Amino acid sequence: MEEVIRAENLTKVFNKNIVAVDHINFSVYEGEIFGFLGPNGAGKTTTINMLTTVLKPTEGTASILGFDIVKQANEVRKVIGVVHQEYTADEDLTGYENIMLCADLYGIPRDIAKKRALELLELVNLIEFKDKHVETYSGGMRRRLELACGLINRPKILFLDEPTLGLDVQTRAAIWEYIRRLKEEYNMTIFMTTHYLEEADALCDRIAIIDHGKIVAIGSPNELKNSLGGDIITITIKENVDVTNIIYGIEKVKDVKKENGNTYKIRVEFGETITPIIIDTLRQKGYTIVRLLLSKPTLNEVYLEYTGKAFRDVEESRESIIKQRITLRRARK
Amino acid sequence: MNLKTNEYHPSLIRGLWALTYRELKKWLNDPIMLIMFILQPLIWMGLLGKSLNIQGLFSSSNVNLPPEIKIPGYAIIYPPGITQVVLNGTWLSQIFTNIGMNIMQKTFGVTDYFSYMAIGMVSMIVVTATMFSGMSIVWDRRLGFLDKVLSTPVPRATIIFSKILNSAFRAIFQASVILALAYILGLQLSSTFTIINIIGIYAAIFLLSIGLSSIFLAVSIRATRMERPMQIVNLIVMPLMFSSNIFFPISMMPEWLQPIASANPLTYLTDAIRQLTILPLDISALIIDFIYLSVFAIVLSIIGIVLSWKYLVK
Repeated sequence: MEEVIRAENLTKVFNKNIVAVDHINFSVYEGEIFGFLGPNGAGKTTTINMLTTVLKPTEGTASILGFDIVKQANEVRKVIGVVHQEYTADEDLTGYENIMLCADLYGIPRDIAKKRALELLELVNLIEFKDKHVETYSGGMRRRLELACGLINRPKILFLDEPTLGLDVQTRAAIWEYIRRLKEEYNMTIFMTTHYLEEADALCDRIAIIDHGKIVAIGSPNELKNSLGGDIITITIKENVDVTNIIYGIEKVKDVKKENGNTYKIRVEFGETITPIIIDTLRQKGYTIVRLLLSKPTLNEVYLEYTGKAFRDVEESRESIIKQRITLRRARK
Repeated sequence: MNLKTNEYHPSLIRGLWALTYRELKKWLNDPIMLIMFILQPLIWMGLLGKSLNIQGLFSSSNVNLPPEIKIPGYAIIYPPGITQVVLNGTWLSQIFTNIGMNIMQKTFGVTDYFSYMAIGMVSMIVVTATMFSGMSIVWDRRLGFLDKVLSTPVPRATIIFSKILNSAFRAIFQASVILALAYILGLQLSSTFTIINIIGIYAAIFLLSIGLSSIFLAVSIRATRMERPMQIVNLIVMPLMFSSNIFFPISMMPEWLQPIASANPLTYLTDAIRQLTILPLDISALIIDFIYLSVFAIVLSIIGIVLSWKYLVK
């Protein structure tokens, strides 16, 4: 797999003392959806703004397809597509005009741009609204238009900053579907940020959990879940006998703990395949199972494990708070 | 790796036009905005232009002239033998009006103040048309549009220049409304006026708009709140207008104000347009006006471009 994004000691300090991103290192490989997951104010948007050349790093650098984000910023801009957290489409223009504006900014020849704009509008199901002003669009429609705009230059790498911020559950699922489809269609690498766990879980091939400007964990959703030690089977038997040793003898059982009563907590790697074996074994020995629960760790637990459970008051810039409010307000339309 | 996307070359002209077109559409497609843009000069012309009736001061109806004045004969050299001269009211009012016209001509260069003032209005509208350029960049920053544009390969200077061009077009549009209206309301064109002069008028307005909107953009390029450009506009606009020859000629100003007025670019725009419309054309004065306006436009737009390279990206 080819490395398409590589960040080395990427750092951003605002106003000389607020460290938004703190010496992060990571690589993104061709064709994957890579997610930055973290609470508000963790440094996700700052990272994306540096990678997309909107912000200059204070220290360190990153390269995109081999181009340096500081020294070859213009080359970087040509090969990436960006969908910002905000709804950046101009409300006074129509959907079609907005896409064509983007095409002009990239200098895509007019005839190619026209064909591509219509194709993209078709793809995100906005073709029948193409001549309507964007101020009449709903939050989901706006987000789809943003996606289409971000793809006008056929980017090799697409950056998505909080792609479903403020959208309802149905719309969010639909946007995920569009993102998957666009990725298939254009064979892109996607770098996205989110603070929705289920979004990262549903979409991303690999996730980096970022907190206080630092990457605290990195890996595929399953790897991250397994890093917590695998699935937990909770089993209760009728007989008043200690069966810890019997269960411990079963292959692939990592840990058994007897709880009060006749309940046992069993830690295993792959719960689905081990559970039937445990049941069979206990039955063969003549025990009766009265209750059984298989629980798999969620990304939720992973997230809380790494970012801590404490509530936090993060100091954010006035500008970013205003931007987020505007986005949320528009999404609800 | 296949880098096909790299084949497009973002061009200065195309990016500039795309961004300017976006700005223009905002008001050209909006009937209410457009009506406001036409109404504003209309109201100004109707109220200010006609209410400051200075030549009315010198009309005979404004003074109580006696029905006749008797002047003793010794005051008159010719003809001899006459003991007294009687000037009747009609003559008196004629003399008074002549003196009035003379004062007007000497002060304003024209005998009717409305024509003088109408051209001043054109300069005023140029100022108001350009002062919003700074605010729109703050909006773009707030809505995230600026971040989007910055992440595309479009040359940075076009972002600033599209705002400048938009103001210039708006200024020319509104100035045309004012001039047309003034003509209908009785603007007296000089004998040297030809249709070609209109091109000169537009060129002068264009130059000043570039300079002024560069100032307004430069002060708000990093602002994240609306209040800042608004306050600066308030601070600059009024003194800028009153320390120029929009309402009154510089020669009538107190001595300390005269050098300030002579450095004020608005003075040069107003003079250039007056030369091209109501005054008998003085080519050397016009050339000086244009040189001053060009230098103003070039210097300030260079400052604007340098600032955009430096400060658009934080």
